[in-house]
Amino acid sequence: METGRVPQITTTLTFADRLGAWKARWDIGRMNYMVPPGLYAIGSPTPEAPALVTANYKMSYDIVRSVLAGHNVWLLVLETYGINVWCAAGKGTFGTEELVKRIGLSGLDKIVNHRQLILPILGAPGVAAHEVRKQTGFTIRYATIRADDLPEYLDNGMVTTPAMGEITFTILERLVLIPVELVEALKPTAIAAAGLFIIVSVLQGAANGITTVYAYLGAVLAGAAIAPLLLPWLPGRSFAGKGALMGLVWSAAFYLIAGARGWSVPVIVAAFLTLSAVSAFYTLNFTGCTTYTSRSGVKEEMRIAMPTMACALIVSLIFLFVGRLL
Amino acid sequence: MKGFSYLQNVATLKLNAEACIGCGRCREVCPHQVFSLAENKAQIIDFNACMECGACAKNCPVAAIRVDAGVGCAAGLITEWLRERNFCSFLKECC
Repeated sequence: METGRVPQITTTLTFADRLGAWKARWDIGRMNYMVPPGLYAIGSPTPEAPALVTANYKMSYDIVRSVLAGHNVWLLVLETYGINVWCAAGKGTFGTEELVKRIGLSGLDKIVNHRQLILPILGAPGVAAHEVRKQTGFTIRYATIRADDLPEYLDNGMVTTPAMGEITFTILERLVLIPVELVEALKPTAIAAAGLFIIVSVLQGAANGITTVYAYLGAVLAGAAIAPLLLPWLPGRSFAGKGALMGLVWSAAFYLIAGARGWSVPVIVAAFLTLSAVSAFYTLNFTGCTTYTSRSGVKEEMRIAMPTMACALIVSLIFLFVGRLL
Repeated sequence: MKGFSYLQNVATLKLNAEACIGCGRCREVCPHQVFSLAENKAQIIDFNACMECGACAKNCPVAAIRVDAGVGCAAGLITEWLRERNFCSFLKECC
């Protein structure tokens, strides 16, 4: 069927689409991975066909169109500057103003003969449904959290089952976030490792400098990758606490591997404290990736964790300094 | 949210039950099932699950819900803290 001036898009992802998604996961061109906003046709939608809304982050758009294979729907893509629905809703770009504007620009009201839009639940922080209705006449249904549930939602009379409305944070959902965490940690880690290597090499020789760098890299990995993966199984509620625990485990492991050369007591204390603080910092940073940490909670946690980490570093330096004097 | 819970008793979420018209939007948009509906009024049934995304307050047609919405992100809060103190050279985009 002819979809008029609305571009019809395929629901099959190509190798280039998959490669693009993989690159974005590794933070390669991630902030510039987008498609043009506007109205698209999936399949051969009639004027009665449902109209869905998503963001113009290409990964979001690709996931949505691929799960809708075999359906005939309209897809309104908002200009979120290449940011996913959830983050864009938080910023307000996936928002009331953009949605109202995009409805107008696309001429959606002339293309469909109903007045209903289907939005992702995670878009709700940016969109005031009653405002959109007031300004455009379109009512909003918040459908599902995951795009994967859209086919079932559409096929079952647009009913959101409890599972479709419940957010999750499975080990796979955490795993895909870790590459970006590691890539973003790369630059500060390289600077810190280089600094540590120079200082320790000058004071204690290059062999100890290299050992220190290994210890530091391990602490970053423990905090930015291992603790996020083990998140629900690590005790406590505090991210910094979970990270510090992983840092302690890493310190102990590293001590058993490298400490055989006979570390002094001050070095042992300093290593355990510093490495735990480094891991704690990186796990605390993972709060930005989760689907359940509140702003007030992170603030509260930082109020205690930041001074504690600073103290750990200062105490380590004191131990090392005193250790050299003795 | 099964298997996960964050710090308790810190959320800024407030519901004005008198103003509530029982439309159920808050329950529809909350990804953490914080709300339920009873006798045509919303009620908070899982306060500590609130992640302060602000979806409920934004979509409440009678402004019966208040929450200090924002992103629970340590890097974002550090950036905010630096910006308030004008350490502009450290700033970068978050999230």
